[in-house]
Amino acid sequence: MGEIGGAPFETLVLDLFSKRRDRLPCPSLRSPKRIRVEEEPSPFETLAEEILFLILDRLDANPLDRKAFSLVSRSFHAAESRHRRALRPLRAELLPAALARYPAVSRLDLSLCRRVGDAALGCVAAALRSTLRSIDLSRSRSFSPAGLESLAVSCAALVEIDLSNATGLTDAAAAAIGKARNLERLWLARCMRVTDMGIGCIAVGCPKLRLLCLKWCLGVTDLGVGLVAVKCRMLQSLDLSYTAITKKSLAALSQLHDLEDLAVVGCPSMSDEALSSLKQGFKSLEVLDVSSCDRVSHVGLSSILNSAPGLRQLRLAYHSFVTPSISSGLQRLSTLQSINLDCSHVTTNGLKSIGSCCTSLKELSLSKCSGVTDEGLSFITSKNKGLVKLDITCCREITDVGIATMTSSCTSLTSLRMESCSLVTSLGLRLIGQRCHLLEEVDLTDNDLDDEGLKSISGCHKLSSLKAGICLKISDEGLVHIGNSCPELQELDLYRSVGVTDKGVTEIARGCPLLQMINLAYCTEMTDESLRALSKCSSLKTLEIRGCPRISSAGLSAIAVGCRQIAKLDIKKCHDIDDAGMLPLARFSQNLRQINLSFCSVTDVGLLALVSVSCLQNMTILHLKGVTPNGLAAALLACGGLTKVKLHSSFKSLISKPLLQHIEARGCSFQWISKPFQVQLETNEVWKQQLQDVVVR
Amino acid sequence: MDHKLKGTSEASSKPSSLMPGNHFNPANLAYGFAQSPKTQSQALPSYHPDNKMKITNPLESSQTVSTPILDWDPRGMLSNLSFLEQKIHQVQDIVRQIISQEGQFSNRAGELAAQQQLVTADLTCIIIQLISTAGTLLPSIKNSLLSTNPMLGAPTAAFGSNPNLNTNQQRNEVVTPEMNKGSEYEELIKSLSASGEDSDELMLKCLDAGRAGGADERIPIDDHDLKESDDGGAADGENLPPGSYEVLQLEKEEILAPHTHFCSICGKGFKRDANLRMHMRGHGDEYKTPAALAKPARGPASEPALVRRYSCPFAGCKRNKEHKKFQPLKTILCVKNHYKRSHCDKSYICSRCNTKKFSVIADLKTHEKHCGRDKWLCSCGTTFSRKDKLFGHVALFQGHTPALPVDLPIDDVKTPNNNNSNNTPELSRGGEAVNGLGGNMSSYGFPSSTSDDINSIDIKGVDDSRGYFSPMNFDSCNFGVLDDFPRPAFDVAENPFSFLPSGSCSFTQRNGES
Repeated sequence: MGEIGGAPFETLVLDLFSKRRDRLPCPSLRSPKRIRVEEEPSPFETLAEEILFLILDRLDANPLDRKAFSLVSRSFHAAESRHRRALRPLRAELLPAALARYPAVSRLDLSLCRRVGDAALGCVAAALRSTLRSIDLSRSRSFSPAGLESLAVSCAALVEIDLSNATGLTDAAAAAIGKARNLERLWLARCMRVTDMGIGCIAVGCPKLRLLCLKWCLGVTDLGVGLVAVKCRMLQSLDLSYTAITKKSLAALSQLHDLEDLAVVGCPSMSDEALSSLKQGFKSLEVLDVSSCDRVSHVGLSSILNSAPGLRQLRLAYHSFVTPSISSGLQRLSTLQSINLDCSHVTTNGLKSIGSCCTSLKELSLSKCSGVTDEGLSFITSKNKGLVKLDITCCREITDVGIATMTSSCTSLTSLRMESCSLVTSLGLRLIGQRCHLLEEVDLTDNDLDDEGLKSISGCHKLSSLKAGICLKISDEGLVHIGNSCPELQELDLYRSVGVTDKGVTEIARGCPLLQMINLAYCTEMTDESLRALSKCSSLKTLEIRGCPRISSAGLSAIAVGCRQIAKLDIKKCHDIDDAGMLPLARFSQNLRQINLSFCSVTDVGLLALVSVSCLQNMTILHLKGVTPNGLAAALLACGGLTKVKLHSSFKSLISKPLLQHIEARGCSFQWISKPFQVQLETNEVWKQQLQDVVVR
Repeated sequence: MDHKLKGTSEASSKPSSLMPGNHFNPANLAYGFAQSPKTQSQALPSYHPDNKMKITNPLESSQTVSTPILDWDPRGMLSNLSFLEQKIHQVQDIVRQIISQEGQFSNRAGELAAQQQLVTADLTCIIIQLISTAGTLLPSIKNSLLSTNPMLGAPTAAFGSNPNLNTNQQRNEVVTPEMNKGSEYEELIKSLSASGEDSDELMLKCLDAGRAGGADERIPIDDHDLKESDDGGAADGENLPPGSYEVLQLEKEEILAPHTHFCSICGKGFKRDANLRMHMRGHGDEYKTPAALAKPARGPASEPALVRRYSCPFAGCKRNKEHKKFQPLKTILCVKNHYKRSHCDKSYICSRCNTKKFSVIADLKTHEKHCGRDKWLCSCGTTFSRKDKLFGHVALFQGHTPALPVDLPIDDVKTPNNNNSNNTPELSRGGEAVNGLGGNMSSYGFPSSTSDDINSIDIKGVDDSRGYFSPMNFDSCNFGVLDDFPRPAFDVAENPFSFLPSGSCSFTQRNGES
């Protein structure tokens, strides 16, 4: 077992137990040595475990590959069992069996298990006594302090616990966590009932803590943070966003010599006065997030920035005004690499002064900023030619001029997000592809993009994500170029790009075999032909064909058979899809987790078939004419793993209350929608007009 | 006529010679006598602007200057002065007689000599009487240096300086070295009163001095002296060396008296004069005028703030002025609280813990606010009344952890029952004690009363509110939550019922401030 060091831990959905048990090899035989010789001799049996481990190290993340590997022989099965380090079980009930099979798991991700009781945690604590290093309980509930304590006490190697969203977590639970002496990373986001007492227990009990997230911990005050600062001297990353901390906490934290990452987003007490009062600085600070602190102006900012000379990353989202005075704080920060000014009011001079102060920026985000002009953008990009990521989403004052100068200076861009830059014309957009050949991620949603623009973008051979939604001018011609020259494309968004037809999608499917996500919503011209083509993309995980009325069950069947990885499916308003489409999904798409069936022609039969998919967690079932309350109740009851279901509110009275309570107790939450039935599809032109009205307002 | 005159003068001179003895009695000194300067200044204009009268003027004026001294007996002084007035009238009569005789019979030398002798004797008597009257002020002079300058200055200038010199300049030089020599001066007066012959000489000197320094020139001198005393006060006002302040001592009965202000009409007692003034309104419209309702001015404006400290009447107490290391008390309230805390029974017992006893009810209130609930617990077993203290402790010591109070809600469910069953006797006892102190208190209500008359009903009310209405109980009963936000819940619980504890709270604060 020694050779596995350095291998990246894989994460996968454990789907082995969802099928019949007897199909699996018997897990009782642990060692290849114990295999009886008189059985049919296999050449694979002779391979040593070390060699099997080396093979497993080289398997990619695809869980099916590992499954296939374990099915080769008993020795392979045993080797795979002992090789696996990361486990993401689907149900907490499966934990005992899974842990019995995988004794060497060090990372346990329970985020798919809604209900994790103390028994499950006790089982984990008993089975993974020495190996467990990390556990994720961020989406789980119904465990108590006792379960956490058993975990913290038994698993001496535990270094990472994610308890975010455990809104019911109390100080007693925090005290239990405090018994994990070796804990290094702890997330307690939104644990609103934890107070200073709990944090104090953690601070004293976990002296090796390096990362602590106390976001939204409303019960935590300066006292708790002060104790953390005193007791956890190795702390590197601290998130205190949306807490009631004041300058006293900052003073205490400035004593931490290793603190690199500090977030004080939305802390109401953070003001200029609080920041200015800091005598001693954060010498080691590299990442600072002071977003949404209304009372912090350039005065407080400059004082804290002066005290943090090594800052690399600065987030100032929702800062009120970015004016030249901000540069007074930025001047000394020659090392600053990333600055985020989302949703701020920016002046041209402010951008210019930032540009003249910071010349080594790699990332710049001006998303939803008002006041970003061509002049400002041109200046800051001309000073920072090494820019890699740029976000100018919704900067509606930028024109072709700004894009031209930006693209000519920043030729090494890999990520460009410029959704809804409405003044940029197709001519300007062509420059992007022509000049920035290294782009991997482009978001041109709601722009004046045309086929020429797509053609130029197809010059970026590393392109992995292209978002061209609401680009009414693009057509198959452009997509053909993309399909021909972007083989690494993984994400394609063509939402409401109505000019696209089957031909374009077919070309994409042919040229981009790695495609994982495609959004064809409201591309009304799509037919089953597109889906048949896409079924060749075996790694497709997300498919959105909402509002494509010409797609039928046949196309969906092709996807179900071809794309076994499919996890998210949106077939809302595909009126032609009926039970015939559900049956192949139920049969083949064993990874399906989320589905939207609204307005389809699926009946009780299809629904009942579908819920046999054991992974299914999230369902939206609105306005299905053929679904009766009884059928729906049976489906809900049959699908044990559901966590979130959207139903029409008319069903609320029709399904028996005890049943609903039972399903809710299993960890499923209902969302009751009362929208009236809407048959007519809005045409894209009408929709676009409405959208623009909204924007103008 | 002469005989009669002589007889009366002798007869009246006898008590005058006795008077100084009275006023030097040290027993009277500490308490002091309050003499208003008005009585003197009113007495002065009645004197005739005679040549001989000027003898008295330096001394008289010096006394008017020494107004800071408040606490001598004004009645004694007044009787002395009226006696002096009579005496001076007698002398005046004799002198007028001599003048009229001069015109009628020129050669009656024997009679004239006898009359002169009589005048001399009377004047000597007057001088001695004046000096002794001034001498009553001496003990308080000893205690407060501030007031010594004018007092010592005048006589020393009168007795010790060359009569031919202008006293204006002389006074400064003489006064400063003599500042602290109150006792010497006392001896001087004693010797004066003892020997009549010396006093003759002195009298003459005084006469000369009186003639040399005219009444007009004296006024600026007095001003100067006042200024000097002010400076001295400012210089050593902060340190308060022993003797730099005046010491008052209230008697035990005064300290424990529930009321200090009484209605002159119905006799009802009050703790504060403001309340008395409010009460007086009910006795008629004349008490409703703004002048009657206004806060009485603190004496004349010219009166400089005298540092005053208090002594505890309990013998042997460090706060008693006889103690070697006497530490004075600052205010009357301090005296009251000190006396109750140190020398009285602790009759108020905490109804929560049943162990803590207090003699000042405000202390009980303060304690009750924290008793039993805000127990911030450390893993070492130490408890703290405040969270920040606990965190300071945990931060200081390695391995200590904040400990969660597991059984807190259960405890809190129990406590109201305990209170009701065990502590009602205590409460009633406390109520009796309070009622004994102030009979009209229940009708009076706490908002205007001082700390020690909070009704026993109030205490009960607080307990009840905690027992039955606090969210703590809802927590423990309805949800079975053991340790969720016990403290915030409590703080919140305090607010709806704040009308009860807040009164006591504000009182304790007021106590602390004063």
